[in-house]
Amino acid sequence: MLKDITLGQYYPADSILHKLDPRVKLVATLIFIASLFLVKSWVGYGIVTVFLFFVIRLSKVPFSFMIRGLKAIIILLLITVGFNLFLTPGDRVLVQVWKLKITDQGLRTALFMAIRLIYLIIGSSVMTLTTTPNDLTDGMERLLSPLKKLRVPVHEVAMIMSIALRFIPILMEETDKIMKAQIARGADFDSGNLVKKAKSLVPLLVPLFISAFRRANDLAMAMEARCYHGGEGRTKMKPLCYKGRDRKAYGVLLLYLAVIIGIRILGSYVPLI
Amino acid sequence: MSIKAEQLNYRYSPGTAYEIYALKDINLEILDGQFLGLIGHTGSGKSTLVQHLNGLIRATSGHLYFNGEDIYQEGYPMRQLRSQVGLVFQYPEHQLFEVDVISDVCFGPLNQGLSKEEARERAKRALQMVGLGEESYSRSPFELSGGQKRRVAIAGVLAMEPQVLILDEPTAGLDPRGRDEILDQIRLLHQEKHITIVLVSHSMEDVAEYVERIIVMNQGVIAFDGAPREVFRHYEALEQMGLAAPQVTYMMHALKARGLEVDENATTIQEARETILKAFRKE
Amino acid sequence: MKMIQAEQVIYEYARYDEEGNVAEMKRAVDGVDLDVQKGDFVAILGHNGSGKSTLAKHLNAILLPREGTVWVDGKDTKDADKLWEIRQSAGMVFQNPDNQIIGTIVEEDVGFGPENMGVPTGEIWERVEESLRAVNMLKYRHHSPNKLSGGQKQRVAIAGVVAMHPKCIVLDEPTAMLDPNGRKEVIRAVRALNQVEDITVILITHYMEEVIHADRVIVMDQGKIVMQGTPREIFSRVEELKAYRLDVPQATLLAYELQKAGLPLPDGILSREELVEELCRLKQNS
Repeated sequence: MLKDITLGQYYPADSILHKLDPRVKLVATLIFIASLFLVKSWVGYGIVTVFLFFVIRLSKVPFSFMIRGLKAIIILLLITVGFNLFLTPGDRVLVQVWKLKITDQGLRTALFMAIRLIYLIIGSSVMTLTTTPNDLTDGMERLLSPLKKLRVPVHEVAMIMSIALRFIPILMEETDKIMKAQIARGADFDSGNLVKKAKSLVPLLVPLFISAFRRANDLAMAMEARCYHGGEGRTKMKPLCYKGRDRKAYGVLLLYLAVIIGIRILGSYVPLI
Repeated sequence: MSIKAEQLNYRYSPGTAYEIYALKDINLEILDGQFLGLIGHTGSGKSTLVQHLNGLIRATSGHLYFNGEDIYQEGYPMRQLRSQVGLVFQYPEHQLFEVDVISDVCFGPLNQGLSKEEARERAKRALQMVGLGEESYSRSPFELSGGQKRRVAIAGVLAMEPQVLILDEPTAGLDPRGRDEILDQIRLLHQEKHITIVLVSHSMEDVAEYVERIIVMNQGVIAFDGAPREVFRHYEALEQMGLAAPQVTYMMHALKARGLEVDENATTIQEARETILKAFRKE
Repeated sequence: MKMIQAEQVIYEYARYDEEGNVAEMKRAVDGVDLDVQKGDFVAILGHNGSGKSTLAKHLNAILLPREGTVWVDGKDTKDADKLWEIRQSAGMVFQNPDNQIIGTIVEEDVGFGPENMGVPTGEIWERVEESLRAVNMLKYRHHSPNKLSGGQKQRVAIAGVVAMHPKCIVLDEPTAMLDPNGRKEVIRAVRALNQVEDITVILITHYMEEVIHADRVIVMDQGKIVMQGTPREIFSRVEELKAYRLDVPQATLLAYELQKAGLPLPDGILSREELVEELCRLKQNS
C-alpha cells in the first residue's frame, strides 16, 4: 500500500551508525566523497574500499539495500565508462575494434570512474539508510546555521523540508484515492499516446492541487494557532548535542582523511600503482 | 440481474509474513432494486468490498458475477462494468475538477464514448435527479456549499446511468441538514428510478430509517445479513464490533427488561412511539 | 472569573466576482455577545454556514472582529503585542486531524507548540509526556501520525494544544470527520480535560449527543446567537431545534413524540436511561 512507503530509504536497526549525530554522518559523507576524488591510485582505492566496507558492517544494514540505489544510475554509469574507455588517449593500445581503441590509460580511467560513481552512491546510501529524514533535516539545519548571518533562511527551508516529509505520504494516498474515483467515472490513465495521456492527468492533478492548497491553508492556520512565528526564540525538544561516540567518530574521520591525503602526497613522489 | 460474490478473498501482500486478509470468504448476492446498507467500523473491509463490486480491486481468489457473468474471465469489459456499477467515493467532492458544474458531470458520459450533446442531456438529467436546477450549470463547482458539491459529485456518477449505485459514506462531514437532504435524495432515486442502492455507512441510525437490508462487516467477514430489525436484535454483538444499534433499540430492550409490554424490535422513532403508546393503552 | 468575553462582534468577508471586484459582503458573524467563565464547558451548535466556525476563529485572534471587541483572559485580541499570549492561553483544535499535525512523530508534534513558545528542552519533555497521558495516547508517542486512526490523530492534536498549558481550548468541529468510535474517544478526552485539568472548553459541533454534558449550549444561526441555556433547557425546545435543522438526540425526540401523544413526561429528557426511568415510573403510577 502507498501508505507504507517510507520516504528516503531509512532502514531501522540498532547500530552505532544509527545512533550517531546526523551532523557527523553528513560531514562523514562529504569527507568520503572528497576522498573518492582525492585518490588516484589502486592503493588509495584499496583504503577507500576497506573503509567503506568497515562502515557498512557497522551499519547492520543488509548489503542488498546498499546496492539498490545503483539501479537508478546504471545508464549514467555505462555512458561514463564507455566514454572513458574508448575516448581516453594512451600509450599502449590494448584492443582495437574498427576505429575504437581501448588504451591502458582508458581502461584505468574507466575503472576509476566506475568505482567512484558506485562508491558515491553506496556511500550516500549508508547515510540515508541509517538516518531518518527528520534527523537529516535537523542536522542540515544545524550545520548550515552559520549561513543565517548571511540572511539565508536556513530554519524556514528546514521547516519546509520536514513538512514535505510529513505530507508526501498523505498526498500519495490522496492521489491513489482520486485516481480510483476518476477511474470509477470511466477515466483512462493508461492508454493513448503521450498527448492523450498528459490530458488524462487533468482530472487527477486539478483535485490534487486543490487539496494540497487547502491542506497548506489549514496547516498554516494550525501552526499560527500554536504560536509558530519563525525560528526566532524557538527552543528544541530534541536539540542535537555531540556525545562521546560522535567525538570518536570525528577522530576516525580525521584519521581517514589524513591517510588519504598522505597517500595522495606520497603518490606525487613515489609512483604508486 | 444481480451482483453475486462467491468465496471472495482479498489479501494484502499475499505469500509474505505480512499477509492480511482484508476480505475473507465473502458470499453475497445483491438483487436488482434492493436498497442495502453496508455497515462496519473503519477497517472492517466494507470499503474494500465495494471497490471489488465495480472491479477497481481484483480479488485474490473467488468469483464475482455481474448479471450472471464472471467479471474475472478473460476479456470481460471492465470499463463497461464501471459505468453499470457506479461507485461514489467518500468525500466525492474532492474529485471535482472542471470549470463549471455541467462539464464536470459530463466527464463520465464522455468517457463512455457518448457525443457531447448526449453527454449534456445525461448530465442535465443527473443534476435534476440530485435536485440541482439549471441555475447551477454554469457555476464553478468550487464555490458551491459542501452539500451542493456532494450532489454534483453524485450526479457525476449518476450521469453514467448505472444500474447499481454504491455510495461510500455519502454523509460524512455534512451537517444534519445536508445529511438528511442527501439521504432523502438517494431514497427518491431508489423509489423513482428503481436503481439498486448500496449505502456504506457506520451510522446505524441513519441507515435504519432508509434501507431494507443490512449487511454488517467485521474484520473482513460478513457478520450479519438481514432486515434491520433482525440485525439490530444482535445489539450486544454489534457493540462488541465497535458498532451500536440505534438508541431506540437499547431503550426498547431496557423497557422490556423492566416489564413493559413493548415490541423490542422497533428500530425507528415512529415504531417506538407506536409500541410504547400501545403498552400504555393496554392498562 | 471571565475567560472569554465578546461584545457585539461583527465579522464580514467579501465575495469577489470574476474581475476581482467585491461582489457582496457576507456577514458571517452578526452582533454576537459571548461570556465564558473560567472552567466552563460551553458547546456551540449550528449547521454549516451558521457562523460558528468564524466565531471560533475570533477566540484566539486568528480572525479579528470588524466591529466589536473580543477579550481573551482580559486581553483585547486586537492588541498585536499580546498576540502570542492570547494564542497560548486559548488553544485551538481544528476539524481535519491530518492538516494540523506538523511533526512526523507523535511526540515531536506535541512538542511543537512549546518549542515555538521557547520552553526549555527539559520542560518540553515533561509537558509532552503529561499531555499525551492526559489524552491517553502516551503509548503511541513514538508512532508516525500517518498510521493512527482519526480519533487517535485528533487526540494527538489536542495533546499538542494541552502542552502549551492553555487556560482554554476551542475545538472547531473536532469530530466531524471521525467515525462513532473516534468521536467517543475525542469527547471523552475533552471532558476529562475540563473536569480533571479544569481547562475551559468551547466545543463547536453539530452532533447533539456531544453537547449533553456541557454546562451551557449556544445555538447559532445566520451569524447570530438564537438560543442559549443548559442542555436540558435547549432540548426541551424540540420544535425550535428542528426549525434550525439541528438533530435532536433520539431519546429526546421519542420523549417529545410521546408527550405530544399525551404521556405526561417531563421536558428536556437527554439520555435513554432517563427516558426508560421516566416511562417505568409512569407505568407504576398508572
